[in-house]
Amino acid sequence: MVSATTTARADAPIIETKTWRDSITRPRIFSVFFILIGLWMVLSVTSNYGADADLSGLDVNEAGRVITTLTFNATQSLTIDTVTYATVVGIVFYILGGVVGLLPRPAGELGQRLDRVTKYWLFVNGILFIPTIMIIAAAGNSTNFTVLLQTSMRLATPIVIGALSGIWAERSGVVNIAIEGMMLTGAGVGFVVFTLVAGTVPTSTGLWLGVLAAVLSGGFMAALHAWLSITFRTDQIVSGTVINIMALGLTSFLRRQVLLSSEAGRETLQQIRIPVLADIPILGEIFFNGKPIFYAMFILLIATHIILFYTRWGLRTRAVGENPHAADTLGINVLRNRWINVLISGLIAGLGGAWFSLETNGSFEDGMTSGRGFIGLAAMIFGKWMPFGAFGGGVLFGFSDALGLRFQILNVNIPEQFLQMTPFVVTMVVLAGLVGKATPPKADGIPYEKE
Amino acid sequence: MTSSNDSRFSSSILVAWLNRFLDAMPLLIALVLALLVASILLLALDANPITAYAAMFEGAFGSENATAETLVRAIPIMLVAIGITVAFRGGVINIGGEGQMIAGALFGTWVVLRIGDSFGVWSIPVSLLAAFAAGGLFGGLAGFLKAYFGVNEILSTIMLNQVAVQMMNFLLNGPMLDPADAGVNNIPKTARIASAAQLPRLAFPLGGEAALFDRTRLHTGLLVAVLLAVIIYIILWQTTIGYRIRAVGQNEHAARYAGINVERQTVLAMFLAGGAAGLAGAVQVLGLQYRLQTDGSPAGFTANAGFNGIVAALFGGLNPLGAIPASAFFGALLVGARRIQTELGVSSSIVLVINGLIVVFVVSSQLFVRRRVRQRLSALMNEDAQNTEKPPDSSLDATTVKAEGGHD
Repeated sequence: MVSATTTARADAPIIETKTWRDSITRPRIFSVFFILIGLWMVLSVTSNYGADADLSGLDVNEAGRVITTLTFNATQSLTIDTVTYATVVGIVFYILGGVVGLLPRPAGELGQRLDRVTKYWLFVNGILFIPTIMIIAAAGNSTNFTVLLQTSMRLATPIVIGALSGIWAERSGVVNIAIEGMMLTGAGVGFVVFTLVAGTVPTSTGLWLGVLAAVLSGGFMAALHAWLSITFRTDQIVSGTVINIMALGLTSFLRRQVLLSSEAGRETLQQIRIPVLADIPILGEIFFNGKPIFYAMFILLIATHIILFYTRWGLRTRAVGENPHAADTLGINVLRNRWINVLISGLIAGLGGAWFSLETNGSFEDGMTSGRGFIGLAAMIFGKWMPFGAFGGGVLFGFSDALGLRFQILNVNIPEQFLQMTPFVVTMVVLAGLVGKATPPKADGIPYEKE
Repeated sequence: MTSSNDSRFSSSILVAWLNRFLDAMPLLIALVLALLVASILLLALDANPITAYAAMFEGAFGSENATAETLVRAIPIMLVAIGITVAFRGGVINIGGEGQMIAGALFGTWVVLRIGDSFGVWSIPVSLLAAFAAGGLFGGLAGFLKAYFGVNEILSTIMLNQVAVQMMNFLLNGPMLDPADAGVNNIPKTARIASAAQLPRLAFPLGGEAALFDRTRLHTGLLVAVLLAVIIYIILWQTTIGYRIRAVGQNEHAARYAGINVERQTVLAMFLAGGAAGLAGAVQVLGLQYRLQTDGSPAGFTANAGFNGIVAALFGGLNPLGAIPASAFFGALLVGARRIQTELGVSSSIVLVINGLIVVFVVSSQLFVRRRVRQRLSALMNEDAQNTEKPPDSSLDATTVKAEGGHD
């Protein structure tokens, strides 16, 4: 035993680990990634749509070169020479930028300046990424860019709401992996209530009652989570897993008991077009022509940000999440604070659930949230537990969803499964600290016990 | 002096015995409470709970075939639970049973389809090993990310579950799709595996012609699970490997201070856990379905065994041998629930609710009861210790002792 211990200590790779780990920096990861993207762009475009390629059936311009048409609305559109665009952008921005990013840095001011240039360069590449993918994917076709963004925002709604739900719980120090279960409960219970009241009240009232029930049922599941993990100090993960499993059973049970025997119409919440604002070109269609829960996402986003960072409650919540003992010493009731925050988290998740059944599908199916709650969790981590960061993550993941749908229409040879994988892979990369550092609240996941 | 030592010794035995008893008690209490709450639910649905539970028992154990089905259902849960035990003992919370199962099933099936008949009977161990390795690597990845990059294993295993599901959907819809059956019924599935690679059915000879579980779907995957439970039990409690894993699980800092390579144990624990789950996936294919198929949903192939395994591991007291009856119990719940549906017209999904209730009560009651009793016991122990510290034939008078006590 003694010899075993000494050998273990002797070859412990602690120092060694640090060195290889340190050479992997964020700009370098991006640089490598962008060089690969750039190479892929140039090579695939020149081989598929170059001079020797078979261009039959594709849109071409007068010079016989493949074009992509991006339409924005009925009147505005943009025509781009695909091959030229991809080659220029691929070489100038991605490959060159990546190479500069990987260059060894000279010491002194020149090195620092180079660092700064690289940073902006990579940032521009990041922004160009989405339109570029679209232009290449739609080569020889026309595709509606506004609709793509609109779909992205719509699909981002449950993800962002899930992420915000996670922020409320985790900022107070309670890990909430039960977002998925709470959403599913919301979706199920909301729709069941809508079905039950359908005959007695007008449809729109019924839908709103359904939404209310969804929110409350999410809160109920959160109460269970709080009771187990805060009051009984159960492992928060175990408690969350239990809720996820239970939600699956509960909703499937409700569906078979109530929904199968009733006539459920495919009614969904009404679209609300905000006057004046919706007439803004492009942006109006994307942001001001949606359904209620879509708007609620923005309200929740702003409210969460303000409450968390500009109110006494938010300050207390963050204190409880970072250092509950200190907070307790200052007279904050830690358990009460956590209870309330977890409840709010559940109410928000319930609303996210209503998006599935009452705003989008007009029906309920078993397990219909299909991992969106987990993607929300991923978005929250991606956004470093910040409301607007989470929003960014959610929109990005929503975009990858929308892109998957669009790729199917455009017959692009990237299997949609890989696009659906991206949020999870990206999140793991983020979690590994390779792209930015994900630092959860310090006391996240630790049950609080008063001394 | 000796007499006081004796009393301490006996009280520590008492404490150990009481603790063991208390470890088991909450399970029973929780079970009863969960069934009570479920009874209320059943009553609300106009179903007689006693009839329902009787039907459930009947459905799970009422016949030879029912018992076999219960065990068949329990096998993957059992394998996952055995793995989860290692992870939890090593202080790693593995939620990735689902993904590891899928990884194991995919690679195991791929291997078995590739080698076909050429290995004969050996294709079974070869593909099981492949599945163990694939599941292990998938789990080990989460362990590696935790150990060297500080990635929370819960989050990474959740993410990896989703990655595995998408990977399965991709492979079964494309590269691994059964060429003969492509597109039939729109069920993504692989080709059927060679008969040499199928796990034989399991039957216990009863003497003469008769054999128990003859003509049922029970397969030798059960033996694989039991064997693995024994192996894992031995590894955990009879080898230095297991000792180190448990040491890290109990106190990471102390283990590191003692010179144990904590990172390596974390990866190893997750590798073993993933491997066991990978076996579960392969056993489902080799023993039951003879091909890998899914309905596209996360639970389409695993039937939630990856999650139920966590519950069963907890229910089995985080002991690989305990995982066997615990998994059988959950298998019985799931199989028995079908009977509730046919006999009482109550959806079999209610069993998922009961399942959840049991866990809720197990988890909360265990902590609650143990904490309270531990406190009482430690109070008793303290008194005991104070008594023994006092010299037995002390010449000090009562007042001095009191004054000393006041300083504490």
